[in-house]
Amino acid sequence: MLLDDKYTYLLRLGDNALVLSQRLSEWCGKGPAFEEDMALTNTALDLIGQARMWLSYAGEVEGRDRDEDQLAFRRDAHEFVNLLLVEQPNRDYATTIVRQFFFDVWHHLLLQALTRSADDRIADIAGKAIKEVGYHVRRSTDLVVRLGDGSDESRRRMQAAVDELWMYTGEMFAADETDELLAAQGLACDPSTLKEAWFAWVRDVFADATLTLPSAQWMQKGGKQGRHGEHLGFLLAELQFLQRAYPGAQW
Amino acid sequence: MVSGTAMEERLPARTEQVWAWLAEVPDPEIPAISVVDLGIVREVNWRQEAAGPVCEVVITPTYSGCPATEVIGASIEDALRGHGIDRVRLESRIAPAWTTDWISAEGQRKLLEYGIAPPARRADGRQVIDISGLRRGGDDEPAVACPNCGSLHTRVVSRFGSTPCKALYRCVECLEPFDYFKCH
Repeated sequence: MLLDDKYTYLLRLGDNALVLSQRLSEWCGKGPAFEEDMALTNTALDLIGQARMWLSYAGEVEGRDRDEDQLAFRRDAHEFVNLLLVEQPNRDYATTIVRQFFFDVWHHLLLQALTRSADDRIADIAGKAIKEVGYHVRRSTDLVVRLGDGSDESRRRMQAAVDELWMYTGEMFAADETDELLAAQGLACDPSTLKEAWFAWVRDVFADATLTLPSAQWMQKGGKQGRHGEHLGFLLAELQFLQRAYPGAQW
Repeated sequence: MVSGTAMEERLPARTEQVWAWLAEVPDPEIPAISVVDLGIVREVNWRQEAAGPVCEVVITPTYSGCPATEVIGASIEDALRGHGIDRVRLESRIAPAWTTDWISAEGQRKLLEYGIAPPARRADGRQVIDISGLRRGGDDEPAVACPNCGSLHTRVVSRFGSTPCKALYRCVECLEPFDYFKCH
């Protein structure tokens, strides 16, 4: 049914932004430099703002009277439909930056397509978000080049992060029935159409960064369908603690 | 929308007067500039309802996660109540998306006086359209003049500053760091 699929699609957009925002905010006060700390938290702030817009709309489409807070704080891990990539732990700075870079490039391409959605609300939110994501892509692209083509140690860490995260990139382009249905209606875009542009961008930036594209073909999947690794539960335990301990608490 | 002189006379205040009051509501994070100067207030409309006229103020968030947005809404309601308008309705609208092109000339002047370099060019929505310009740190920001000494010999320290709307710069001439209001 289309409404259910639209709800799921909006939830995915919201969950990607929410989960990555939570990951980035774990760096708050611990960034390797003051400017980096601010950049990470500003990016987290943009993403949480975007998550609110997507989740509010998802709640309206669902029609069960759930608002953005209920969707963010009162769903369990298996009900989250974010990409596996965004729930991966921060580990070192290289991992944080590579994860961000892979996501930002995809996010920008996706939002660009969504600004042409036949659904005005989707187009409006995408039009608002893409201006912010422009900064995110620019920053992560810059950092990939600086750290990749940096010291031996930074290069080693960046390559290790690329190799480790590569298997989570395939999910960004794997269309399922929900994607296909919405794309057919002109509401969303088929994510497989973003792959070529994403790959070209990443390949060019890696060339500048002296990083090697992994040759591994096998890809992880399942996040979009609610099948997650062990990390998401821990992330949600922190994110949702207050509303779980004191349901409906307000201040 | 209600218009016409006869109707305006029965309203608690004329629309232009409401705009003038809103022009005195400071932005919570950059108090030197008002929410009208920033282009956050998009429309003021009077709605005639059974219980009497309602002043509807349409606002738009600058950045979607900007925590000042809620404070701005509350400040607007407080200000209008203080001027005797009891029935205020805020409407938040995200499209067209806020742009620094909506900052008034007066607003730009106040930013500079306050020590924040205003946007150095018009945004014209170019970020939305072209990703290729973002390559290799290819910065599409033109030279930003130092608000302290006026030198164009300045350098970006971080694209993210103390608030989402600002970037951090340093002047190579006078060595002072400063905030730059990003072109958005």
